[in-house]
Amino acid sequence: MANAGTRNRPLSPHLQIWRWGPHMFVSIMHRVTGNGAAVAGLGMLLWFLGALASGPKAYETFSWAMTTPIGYIVMVGVSWSVITHMMSGIRHFFLDVGAGFELKTNRTWSILSPVLGVVFTAAFWALLLLR
Amino acid sequence: MGNGTSIGRVRGLGSAKSGSHHWLVQRFTAIGNLFLLLWLAVSLVLLQDYSYASVAEWLSKPVPAVAMILLAVSTFWHARLGMQVVVEDYVHEDGSKFACLVALNFAAFAGAAFGVFCVVRLALGAH
Repeated sequence: MANAGTRNRPLSPHLQIWRWGPHMFVSIMHRVTGNGAAVAGLGMLLWFLGALASGPKAYETFSWAMTTPIGYIVMVGVSWSVITHMMSGIRHFFLDVGAGFELKTNRTWSILSPVLGVVFTAAFWALLLLR
Repeated sequence: MGNGTSIGRVRGLGSAKSGSHHWLVQRFTAIGNLFLLLWLAVSLVLLQDYSYASVAEWLSKPVPAVAMILLAVSTFWHARLGMQVVVEDYVHEDGSKFACLVALNFAAFAGAAFGVFCVVRLALGAH
């Protein structure tokens, strides 16, 4: 039924049609970081809580795994994903109330969101490592 | 659209009537995640060390335990809503879409339940 009468109708333009801009990048990264945080971050959270509930030995295994080079890459990656998703998420809150759609403002915050994600991730790790 | 009778169009292609609710809950849980993750980040920075004794003592206290339970529920709920949209966008075959959404719901509920149970077990003094 959906096909009847819809033949030869124009399709809405997709990604490859438009000239690339930072707003497209930040939108795609919101999905990527959201799914990354959901899979890796929530997996890590459950391992952390499960290890704590299971006792010192299980927690030791978790601590060991997280302090291997791969463990550090995962922890930094997850913290970056969460913080970057948080920054583009805050940008969404402003867009939701109808603010920030002017071309220049939109461009500025599209660039700043992922940059702030990296800056705050670095600041978080600096606080963790230098305390 | 211009096909079928009016009532047929409404039945087949009308609004699902639940989009606004999904959208709003995505925002409610996002605000919850924002506060709870800031709490977690500050707590991790303030912890003396990451030995079992220190972390277990911290997470056994009433306020951190409740905050962690809320964090588990809020993040899994938010992730479930977000990944549902991704599935709906990219999995178009009805059977596969249904299977993906079933798996997603199982994973989200199981994950949240496991997280909550672990915090309760720790806080109520299993060790």
